[in-house]
Amino acid sequence: MAPSSDPRPARTAAPAPGDGTGAVASAADLAVVGAGPAGLAAAVTAADLGLRVTLLDAGDRPGGQYYRHPAPELGAERPEALHHGWAAFASRARRLRDHERAGRIRHLAGHHVWTVVRKDEDAAGEWHLHALAGPEEQAVTVRARAVLLATGAYERQLPFPGWTLPGVVGAGGAQAMLKAGLVLPGRRVVVAGSGPLLLAVAGSLAAAGAAVPAVVEAASYTGYAGRLPALLRNPAKLAEGAVYGGALVRHGIRLLTRHAVVEAHGTDRVEAATVARLDRDWRPVPGTARRIPCDALAVGHGLVPQLELATGLGCATRTTADGTAALVLDEQQRTSVTGIWSAGETGGIGGAQLALAEGELAARSIAGRPLPAELVRRRSRLRAFADAMGAAHRPGTGWTGWLSDDTDVCRCEEVPAGLIREAVADLGATDARTVKLLTRAGMGWCQGRMCGQAVAALAGCAPGPDRRPLSCPVPLKVLAELPADGGTAP
Amino acid sequence: MSEPRDLVGGAPETSFTLDFDGRKLPAHSGQSIAAVLWSAGITAWRTTRQGGAPRGAFCGIGSCYDCLVTVNGRPNQRACLLPARPGDTVTPQEGTGHGALV
Ligand SMILES: Cc1cc2nc3c(=O)[nH]c(=O)nc-3n(C[C@H](O)[C@@H](O)[C@H](O)COP(=O)(O)OP(=O)(O)OC[C@H]3O[C@@H](n4cnc5c(N)ncnc54)[C@H](O)[C@@H]3O)c2cc1C
Ligand code: FES
Repeated sequence: MAPSSDPRPARTAAPAPGDGTGAVASAADLAVVGAGPAGLAAAVTAADLGLRVTLLDAGDRPGGQYYRHPAPELGAERPEALHHGWAAFASRARRLRDHERAGRIRHLAGHHVWTVVRKDEDAAGEWHLHALAGPEEQAVTVRARAVLLATGAYERQLPFPGWTLPGVVGAGGAQAMLKAGLVLPGRRVVVAGSGPLLLAVAGSLAAAGAAVPAVVEAASYTGYAGRLPALLRNPAKLAEGAVYGGALVRHGIRLLTRHAVVEAHGTDRVEAATVARLDRDWRPVPGTARRIPCDALAVGHGLVPQLELATGLGCATRTTADGTAALVLDEQQRTSVTGIWSAGETGGIGGAQLALAEGELAARSIAGRPLPAELVRRRSRLRAFADAMGAAHRPGTGWTGWLSDDTDVCRCEEVPAGLIREAVADLGATDARTVKLLTRAGMGWCQGRMCGQAVAALAGCAPGPDRRPLSCPVPLKVLAELPADGGTAP
Repeated sequence: MSEPRDLVGGAPETSFTLDFDGRKLPAHSGQSIAAVLWSAGITAWRTTRQGGAPRGAFCGIGSCYDCLVTVNGRPNQRACLLPARPGDTVTPQEGTGHGALV
């Protein structure tokens, strides 16, 4: 049971009067969920255009994943040292503070929105956003006439033997812990998986003092060559690549393409990684394995859009070039549900620059303003680039070849690959949902965020879009107290 | 050997010790509990329900729930999100409860 109260004195500011469930506060013109690059850009643009905005984010500080930064109390003099393009964040964070002071934006930090519902009787089509605030998990309801979902993404994980050992961490996770807490998972960190994020992570870890013996990339960057037009239309991206490349060279980091970590070794903590060459389908090539000693391993295979709030509302999804499910959005950043917009990674993994552009476009659309042609062009350019990258790093079907039967695929419920294979081969499961019912894979605390992509691959189906009845665990008492006019949960 | 702090400069506003399983760990204001544990070289602080396997922070952003700890007697807290505070007592946790999931 999650106890209902934290014995420590409250540290999150109590929500303003009228925030509590049942209490009346006038509806905002726009509620933005997520204060990452997309949500932040949208909120300040909408406020610039005269809308009254409520911005909710589960985190304590704005910035999302890309602009994650230390708490002020940590006293970092140069937080920008861990970022490319810090100025783009700093200027928007300043505008956010100005709008907050002027009462145009209400920023609710530390608020996790667990569901969004339509208040049907209301002809104006008002939305209710139900959130849990702070470690005390206080219930808060926000009302708004329009909603922008900018909930970002989480990392795609493909399991391998030993991936549950302490010291094996998400690549983006290591980056996040470094950016927010100024800490490293170890002193000798192998970075592995697939996607351009690995280069950024390796560069940051090395700059922060870790030795990075290798970046192990399952795809091949030469795969980009066939998609050169998209790359050439994005000179800034190439420059960024060169920055990463330069950082790798400066720190003496080896980039092993078409390779994967096929096993992590250790008892209480990772001590080494076995790396093997992959064929075109990501199948390990026999006889190519070698061991790299390390005390930490940072892994990730790209990102997965976080969609449960959107799918709960019935927003349509599509499969993107990288093999994940993303929201269907029109040129105005509108989802298939009237009154719900989305921007950033939720519409397909595309990076922080695209998220900023989409956030601004969404805000203009919500305010009923025309979309600036230059910004629209920028969006298509960045989207084409993201699709090219996504296709190049899409996992090959052979990766399950490195999964031994005793590898736990579901970390929460400790469900090994063998059990899932049995459910598929002997019991006839052909989709992730059936596997889940038969094996409990995906039924734990993380609600399938860590194993969902792997379970789908083992079941031989495409991963479905994120579906979770609630975005995070919600104390029963909060559900019980939901007022009748809060709408019906999906 | 350089440290993350060398990159960003400055100094924490306050430093204190965090009580973890009877050990006193150096902590800085503004760090999450997981960050304090990582700086002390600790990467595991929970054992799983079935296999009794050691676990610690994995996703680093509050999605995986692998980093659960008991803080001041309150179980199932995500160490990667919860800021460490002076006077906190952190205890490792065995297994994960499911009571809060509906
Ligand atoms: C762990 C991780 C690390 C990353 N590190 C980098 C990096 O170093 N460099 C890089 O180029 N890209 C990085 N990325 C990629 C990242 O997705 C960026 O492209 C960028 O931050 C995307 O912007 P966004 O606004 O779409 O989403 P995000 O930045 O992910 O922002 C989404 C925000 O929504 C909030 N949120 C989500 N759901 C809810 C909810 N239900 N209720 C309330 N708030 C919610 C989150 O707390 C978050 O702040 C990382 C991604 C991840 C997952
Ligand atoms: S490390 Fe994943 S929830 Fe804390």
